[in-house]
Amino acid sequence: MNDDKQIQRDAPPIVRLDKVNKHFGELHVMRDIDLSVAPGEVVVIIGASGSGKSTLIRCVNGLEPFQSGRIEVDGKTLAPHGASGKSLQAVRTEVGMVFQQFNLFPHLSIRDNVTLAPRKVRGWSRRQANTTAERLLERVGISDQADKYPSQLSGGQQQRVALARALAMEPRLMLFDEPTSALDPEMIGEVLDAMRELAKDGMTMMIVTHEMGFAREVADRVVFVHGGEIVEQGTPEAVFDDPQNERTRAFLSRVLKH
Amino acid sequence: MDLHFQFDWQAAIASLPYLLKGVPYTLLISFGGLAIGFVIGMLFGLMRIAPSRWLRYPAVFYIEVFRGTPVLVQVLFIFYGLPTLLGGPIPAITAGIAAIALNAGAYISEIVRGGVQSIERGQREAGLSLGLSATQTFQYIIWPQALRRMIPALGNQGIVSIKDTSLFSVIGVGELVRQGQVYIAQTFTALEVYFMIALLYLAITLSLSMALSLLERKGLVG
Repeated sequence: MNDDKQIQRDAPPIVRLDKVNKHFGELHVMRDIDLSVAPGEVVVIIGASGSGKSTLIRCVNGLEPFQSGRIEVDGKTLAPHGASGKSLQAVRTEVGMVFQQFNLFPHLSIRDNVTLAPRKVRGWSRRQANTTAERLLERVGISDQADKYPSQLSGGQQQRVALARALAMEPRLMLFDEPTSALDPEMIGEVLDAMRELAKDGMTMMIVTHEMGFAREVADRVVFVHGGEIVEQGTPEAVFDDPQNERTRAFLSRVLKH
Repeated sequence: MDLHFQFDWQAAIASLPYLLKGVPYTLLISFGGLAIGFVIGMLFGLMRIAPSRWLRYPAVFYIEVFRGTPVLVQVLFIFYGLPTLLGGPIPAITAGIAAIALNAGAYISEIVRGGVQSIERGQREAGLSLGLSATQTFQYIIWPQALRRMIPALGNQGIVSIKDTSLFSVIGVGELVRQGQVYIAQTFTALEVYFMIALLYLAITLSLSMALSLLERKGLVG
């Protein structure tokens, strides 16, 4: 699959979830979740809507608080019930995120969307940030558009800018929360291509997606979530071709039919 | 007495130099009050949506009190009532500015709250996920967008407050209406003078709304 890159299995994991539980009121959305991600690993999380897969990755950068257990990201611990501002910010500085709805800043130019955080958080000069932005925008195939505003770009272009924006912080880990779900079908490919490149370059990634073909191709490990639990995980071949759990089989037969 | 009455343009124009002396006071009270009101509105509008009830409740109290009582009563209270507490008189202009500031501040608090709450949650999440602090996220991402959305409502409030200053003739501020009343007492040209006063208010409020729509179209804010 990804023979040209290295997964550092011996190194300490970048992400470690330890018996993480989360409730939304009555709803138990994460049940004793244990999950580790090694540096360089691409983990794709699949499952039906409402299974808790988005919640899971949103816990990793503290956008969702959790009630019990422990999450460690790049050596920093997120405690239950919402970590304190500083440690949370420290984690988020090293973790990039791409959202379903892009969430570009509509009042800023494409360039400023990408350079804002490096300048304000990393303290880079405008020139340094601009140079990096140019390089990243070119890498995701959005050159010569830096002076435009998000609303002037197509959905696929906006999502690639969102990717460049996250990469500008030079994150150690990238989270993707259904990055292609809000896109017109003809634009899904260009976003997946950019993500494929990133995976090839050895970025550690946690991806929530409904694109099963992409998951099979890019994932080092596929994690199937159902009812807030990790029901099954393994290589894409193992999970897709020979699922052991009945729920996995039911889910896959539904999504792979069409 | 001749009941056949005609609008006397000459009298109207003759009153103009006298009325214009009131315009600076009208502008000073309304824009001075609005500027302070904007600061108050930003502060209390944000307190109004703070997680802590120790910030929220005082803001709700202030907003309800100053939205729920007439601005005329507020200025009378400040001008005639407060000096008994403070032990010294308050200049009429100061009282007028304070009344506009407090009254507009209450409305602007609600405008600020609405503007900030109208920004999609994803904007905040995107800012935070990039490592920006909550304050930076607000400063660079939420507030500029909220401010732009607030412009029409702020313009409305500006126009309301400008017109409210006409009430302050009762405390003797030499603003437009007061100037007119004094002039009418000497010349008995109520029809012409009040007509001219109305025109002058219209000129001020129209300039404001034109300036704001220009600002809005050019996206100069944010």
